[in-house]
Amino acid sequence: MKAVYALILVIALVAAGIAGGASAALRGPLGVLVPYTACAILLAGICMRVWRWAATPVPFRIPTTCGQQKSLTWIRHSSLESPATGMEAASRLGLEVLLFRSLFRNTRYELAEGRAVFGDSKLLWLGAMAFHWSMLMILLRHLRLFVEPVPAFVLLLQRADGFFQIGTPELYLSDVAFTVGLLYLLWRRFANPMVRYISQVTDYLALFLLLGVGLTGVLMRHVDKVDVAGIKQFALGLVTFSPVIPQSIGALFFAHLLLVSALAAYFPFSKLMHVAGVFLSPTRNLANNNRMVRHINPWNYPVKKHTYAEWEAEYRDKLIAADIPMETPDVRAAHTN
Amino acid sequence: MSEPLIQIEQGRPAGDWTAVKPEFRKGTFCYSAAAKNLQYLGLPNPREWQPFDEDWKLPADWKEIILDGFKERLGRYRSLRLFMDICVRCGACADKCHFYIGSGDPKNMPVLRAELMRSIYRRYFTATGKLFGSLAGGRELTEDVLKEWFYYFYQCTECRRCSVFCPYGIDTAEITMIGRELLNLVGVNINWVTEPAANCYRTGNHLGIQPHGFKDSLEFAADELEEITGIRVDVPIAKKGAEILFVTPSADYFGTPHYYTLLGYLSLFHEIGLDYTFSAYASEGGNFGLFSSNELMKRLNSKIYDEAKRLGVKWILGGECGHMWRVLHQYMDTMNGPADFLEVPVSPVTGTRFEHAKSTKMVHIAEFTADLIHNGKLKLDPSRNDKWKVTYHDSCNPARAMGLLEEPRYILKNVCNSFHEMPADTIREQTFCCGSGSGLGTDENLEMRLRGGYPRANAVRYVKEKHGVNLLTCICAIDKATLPTLLDYWVPGVEVAGVHELLGNALVMRGEKERVTNLRGEPLTAEPANSDGPEVVHA
Repeated sequence: MKAVYALILVIALVAAGIAGGASAALRGPLGVLVPYTACAILLAGICMRVWRWAATPVPFRIPTTCGQQKSLTWIRHSSLESPATGMEAASRLGLEVLLFRSLFRNTRYELAEGRAVFGDSKLLWLGAMAFHWSMLMILLRHLRLFVEPVPAFVLLLQRADGFFQIGTPELYLSDVAFTVGLLYLLWRRFANPMVRYISQVTDYLALFLLLGVGLTGVLMRHVDKVDVAGIKQFALGLVTFSPVIPQSIGALFFAHLLLVSALAAYFPFSKLMHVAGVFLSPTRNLANNNRMVRHINPWNYPVKKHTYAEWEAEYRDKLIAADIPMETPDVRAAHTN
Repeated sequence: MSEPLIQIEQGRPAGDWTAVKPEFRKGTFCYSAAAKNLQYLGLPNPREWQPFDEDWKLPADWKEIILDGFKERLGRYRSLRLFMDICVRCGACADKCHFYIGSGDPKNMPVLRAELMRSIYRRYFTATGKLFGSLAGGRELTEDVLKEWFYYFYQCTECRRCSVFCPYGIDTAEITMIGRELLNLVGVNINWVTEPAANCYRTGNHLGIQPHGFKDSLEFAADELEEITGIRVDVPIAKKGAEILFVTPSADYFGTPHYYTLLGYLSLFHEIGLDYTFSAYASEGGNFGLFSSNELMKRLNSKIYDEAKRLGVKWILGGECGHMWRVLHQYMDTMNGPADFLEVPVSPVTGTRFEHAKSTKMVHIAEFTADLIHNGKLKLDPSRNDKWKVTYHDSCNPARAMGLLEEPRYILKNVCNSFHEMPADTIREQTFCCGSGSGLGTDENLEMRLRGGYPRANAVRYVKEKHGVNLLTCICAIDKATLPTLLDYWVPGVEVAGVHELLGNALVMRGEKERVTNLRGEPLTAEPANSDGPEVVHA
């Protein structure tokens, strides 16, 4: 049911985009007002969210150590799993952000003949890598629409992406990986009973939005082919703040644009903020050098203690009887001796 | 031996988890904290109540207190705010939790345990949650939600295993800790945590042992060691000007099998002529404040530095304990430092400067001993441990909150001849909790403990069958207290020991008499295979 809500919302967006794109009166607001507003929300929202995290103190240094600490010189320490310096912690974070280190560790547990059996489970990692990296590729490829002249690296990426030259225009590998990755992640949400149990409307919404963006994009390239020159004119108009909407742009493009805008505007309020959040995660971005360098808690406050003096006074007789040395020695005993 | 009664099943839940209420079935939860313990610590809402009561006798404004407390902590802990915001519910953590594996209860999946709190966060502290309610994953804070928090935040041992697998490092320990802090604000706590904390605050240790009792038990240990080794060791208490203050969990001098580890420490300190002292005031390394609130943790922990200062020692050495080392490694210096009245720890025997502890000035006994062995300062006879086929259980906190992995293994490989690792998915940073950590090691929730300990026991069973392992070593006092029960249930025939117990067995001391027994008073060699002896009963 949760998936259905999300799907209905995304289908409604597609329909609105197509209908709007076909209506002369709505092409202006849809092509200019909506993307500008979405962009503004995206930028302001991300800044606010990140600022809010960054402004919240990190009272304790709590890295999750996944390898040997730096201790005795002759024991090899694991700089990437238990970083001892800021640089090492940055490398650990790099590995996390670029290669999804922790997800790569994933295991799967099963009960077999009454025993827990653990096995490797790399599919989630593979699906996530495929999706995220191809999305980056696709975003970079889109630069050809926003920048004139097109930077050389974008052309190079484009050539590499279409290396196998399947079909005309050639099929981009990133489009395939993006779609397959997303479909796997979606399938997993349905097929794995535990993941389905924890899934929310917003989890499906993010997936359907991304799939919608991807599918409308692929359709424009391979099926209902668009006038790329017109779209470039439109995109350049947007980024130079002198928007124009060429007549050659079809309704399908408006569906694509509306989905992208919806995704952008939703982004700062959603779990998709993990992109920025991972950089600030105190269990991953801090060095395990707690005993080497003191970490300061900005709101450390004095607490009520049971002081030694109070304790000694409370147990005085027992301390004397047990002959345990005290701060205030037993004068009475000294006298009687 | 009858077959275990608990059936482990994999859950296949359906429907909406928010509609399911926890069932307070005996054996799965802990009893409430006694009013006197709350009063002693000055904690709110002391009263008589039990989790299975309908009425928890919460203060009238409990909801306001919880929400205010939540808001305050969102402003104080980036971890909390971030972990509330960025989970994508990928489910990588789901089957990493020992309580989930053992209970099959979906709310024991770390992701869902955190969602118990996240749903409230969304409803009350985010724009989308306020606007869209359950569509945006929010829900109302009700007494049932509070009861659910209690049930599941005391079915988490704060072991951090899930955090190893989370792509963003979301740490359920952090969420459970703050969840428990919030519950504490309205007087919802368990006695097994609060009583040791109150005892520790009052007497200096969890067990409530007063100074004379503390001295007696150390003297008794010295007597026992003399019987075994023929050597009389000195056990200094509150000795001003000693070089080193030694702090260890109180179970070491009052619990079994911890006690044999204590005998190991005493033999070692005597043999190397260490100038050290125990303290009766700081006679506890463990810190049940960690399982209650950060403030209580700080209040209890302060005794260690205060005592080190009073006694004028140069640095501090810490015994075998799990959560104690999380506090010492990740919290102590920040909370109660700087320890500028101490010196950078230097081993008086090898001259090694423990640079990695130069700020906190506290060294782990495994680091200290590994350094001694590496420098050839100890004469060891590993054959004295030949009756044991040994495996090593990484205790959660030293593994995942410290990275102390190699030091204990190095010691073990030098003090015994037969050492076998459990499968890779169950050791080091992926180690499985005993199921009784974070103050859950009591009797009333035994079923849940046995369930939570199942993955660990399962791995022990593997090495028992493959290599004939009969001894599980560890460096955690809660492990030593609770794993014997666990192993008796799931893997009978495997005993539990501290690393320094084996060191004590192997340590050849100058002037010692010929050893005929190990530190347990048992013959050094294995008994004939046909007489297993009576079943060991553990309290």
